[in-house]
Amino acid sequence: MRLARVMGTVVATMKDPQLVGQRLLLIQPLDGDGTPAGKPMVALDCVGTGAGELIFWCRGKESSFPFMPDEVPTDCTITGVVDRVNIDLPEKKVVLP
Amino acid sequence: MILAKVVGNVIATQKANELVGGRIMLVQPIDLEGNLKGQSFMALDAVDSGSGDTVIVVQEGWSASTATTYKEGFAIDAAIIGVVDTIEEAQAVIEQEK
Repeated sequence: MRLARVMGTVVATMKDPQLVGQRLLLIQPLDGDGTPAGKPMVALDCVGTGAGELIFWCRGKESSFPFMPDEVPTDCTITGVVDRVNIDLPEKKVVLP
Repeated sequence: MILAKVVGNVIATQKANELVGGRIMLVQPIDLEGNLKGQSFMALDAVDSGSGDTVIVVQEGWSASTATTYKEGFAIDAAIIGVVDTIEEAQAVIEQEK
């Protein structure tokens, strides 16, 4: 699971039937200190997030499990909205949601 | 499995149902000297680790899900499955590596 910031939404009309009704969001993965880390990704949403929110996401096959018994083709799903990040090491900075 | 250090934790109210009750820790991979390296990520805690602990993290869904919830098929892709007490390296092996 990784931290990310929701950048916006992705709209697609032509898509796999199992993706109908799912929200597609554009996310920018972040490092623990809030700096962007890696390329933006398209993620499904199982908790109801919106643009600008700090979230965490799950990668791989496991990211389709929240939608069971539907077999949704995804490898990146938002599984939580971050309220607060506590960082206890002095060399790291805290991310503000 | 990788060695990592717990650098903090993450609080989330709105989250997937299977994460309720779990502790979400922020971990960062370390090298054998203990230096932080690479990008930090989040792992569900199965062993009561705390900030500053050197831990073993498994980054595979089935193992992470069963270690933390005793059930398979949950949306969890990383879990802390051990707190490291000591690491012993054979000197001969280290010299060979160099």
